[in-house]
Amino acid sequence: MTISNKQMTKEMIEKTVTSLSREDVIGNKVITSKWEPKLQYAWDNGPAIGRYLAELKNGKLIAKKCRKCNRIMIPPRMFCELCWRPTDEWVYVKDSGTVNTFVISHVDWKAGRLDIKGGVRPFTPAVIEIDGASEGMGILHMIDEIDPQKIKIGMKVKAIWKKPAEREGAITDILYFKPR
Amino acid sequence: MSHRRVAVVGAGMTKFVRFAKETPGELAYQAGKMALESCEMDISQIDSVSIGSAPDAFDGFHMKGEMLAEPSGGWRKPVMRNYVGGGTGVMSIIHGWQHVASGLFDTCLVVCEEKMSSAFPHPAGAFLTIFDHTTEQPIKPTLLWIFAIEMNRFMHVHGYKKEEIALVAVKNKKNALDHPAAQLGAEITVKDVLNSEIMAWPVNRLDVSPTSDGAVAIVLAAEHIARRVTEKPVWVDGVGWTLDSAYWCTRDLYYPDYVEVAARKAYEMAGIKEPSKEIHIAEPYDPFTYKELHHLEGLMLCPRGGSVKMLLDGVTQRNGNLPVCPSGGLLGVGNPISAAGLMKVAEIFWQLRGEAGKRQVPGNPKCGVAQAWGDLMQVGTVVVMRN
Ligand SMILES: [Zn+2]
Repeated sequence: MTISNKQMTKEMIEKTVTSLSREDVIGNKVITSKWEPKLQYAWDNGPAIGRYLAELKNGKLIAKKCRKCNRIMIPPRMFCELCWRPTDEWVYVKDSGTVNTFVISHVDWKAGRLDIKGGVRPFTPAVIEIDGASEGMGILHMIDEIDPQKIKIGMKVKAIWKKPAEREGAITDILYFKPR
Repeated sequence: MSHRRVAVVGAGMTKFVRFAKETPGELAYQAGKMALESCEMDISQIDSVSIGSAPDAFDGFHMKGEMLAEPSGGWRKPVMRNYVGGGTGVMSIIHGWQHVASGLFDTCLVVCEEKMSSAFPHPAGAFLTIFDHTTEQPIKPTLLWIFAIEMNRFMHVHGYKKEEIALVAVKNKKNALDHPAAQLGAEITVKDVLNSEIMAWPVNRLDVSPTSDGAVAIVLAAEHIARRVTEKPVWVDGVGWTLDSAYWCTRDLYYPDYVEVAARKAYEMAGIKEPSKEIHIAEPYDPFTYKELHHLEGLMLCPRGGSVKMLLDGVTQRNGNLPVCPSGGLLGVGNPISAAGLMKVAEIFWQLRGEAGKRQVPGNPKCGVAQAWGDLMQVGTVVVMRN
């Protein structure tokens, strides 16, 4: 029978790791092996998002309804995740909505800093509740044509689209949302 | 539901650092070895291994569980690896608990490891692929955005102010000064937080936990083993976990329902009826300042909209009525994703044994809760422990 009471000490912890600096790693002061993957993927989008994309190309937003819970869901989906049954009819919704929440971002997706002092406008992504969809049904998109400091939760916004010839069937066929 | 009683009998961890020279496997080994030594057990006495580690994308190496199996003592043992984003650390003890509670195994070594520093230019880039590839990735989101999006909504609904929420960073970084493994312990002020670089408003740099390398391990044992191994077993009395919808833009982010659902399951199992009275110490997941408060509400340790008052009243200080993140949390100790979650479990273990050294909360706490959170703001993992 062993009764232990060995407490963790600073000395024990210090021995566990050799702490390096960024320069040690980037500057090869310790030997590192490097790999830069260049993988490519082609994602099929299935019937629900496939139709969503086709309608985006037409300059429209489309949702799908579940007759059991009566939700009109955007992005559309082939099955209702709450009722776990097939969804029913397609429903066109508006290309306008309400800001549910938003961000004033000084960083890009790689945590790279935007040159805000140099005049670059911060990214202002938002969750936008889409008019015509069920309450609270939002999508992630950008807000623009407004001073970031003036964006407010509850603000009404509308989509600004790419020109029809430039659309490619992507969420980016909407350039951004702007106040209306 | 019938199951066997399971105890945590040992714990160990590496120091958390921004860049570790050690490989992921070497980190896992260090933590596992320290955990076993802490209870004077040998790897031959371990029946199964539960590993937690976050996205393979950090390492650029697939099948991380397989890579970590041997360093975690899993050679020719039943090994299981899980990944549920930031919820992984607490999920890993839940998996280990199932191994032992079910009667399948008498002992389980739970090891969580993360090495984020291998990804360049910044590991944040690896998070792009957690978003829907068609409807969200083209907007080029970063993980910071979803936190900022959630924080803004949380502040809006409850009328919380940034200068109030900043107190979480002040408290946790100060607590971390007493943690021997901490990466970012510091004496800072609310002003320092508010004046730190804006990352994604409302999130400033000091609202965010760091990227880290590190590992944590604990040893689980069935009651008959636990009583032989130690005089001070810490019982895993309740576990709960749940996943909310991945359609995160459809949920009102001001409240983490999934944490409440997981907590209710864990409390029910532990026989807890009034969490704020029966729980003496809490380690909610705090990758961002507001998250500690958000999760305290989800854990029902205060009323909805009541977490800031608790913070301002000093209730959550180490010497308060309900010490919260006495370890220093992710904000202070560091955030090697999965390891950070298990660090919280280890902290409750040490606190309930009275072995937390300078971090020890007063009043001989009897019951603690650790919680983690993750994926697309949808995972709640909760564990209730008693001494
Ligand atoms: Zn439905």
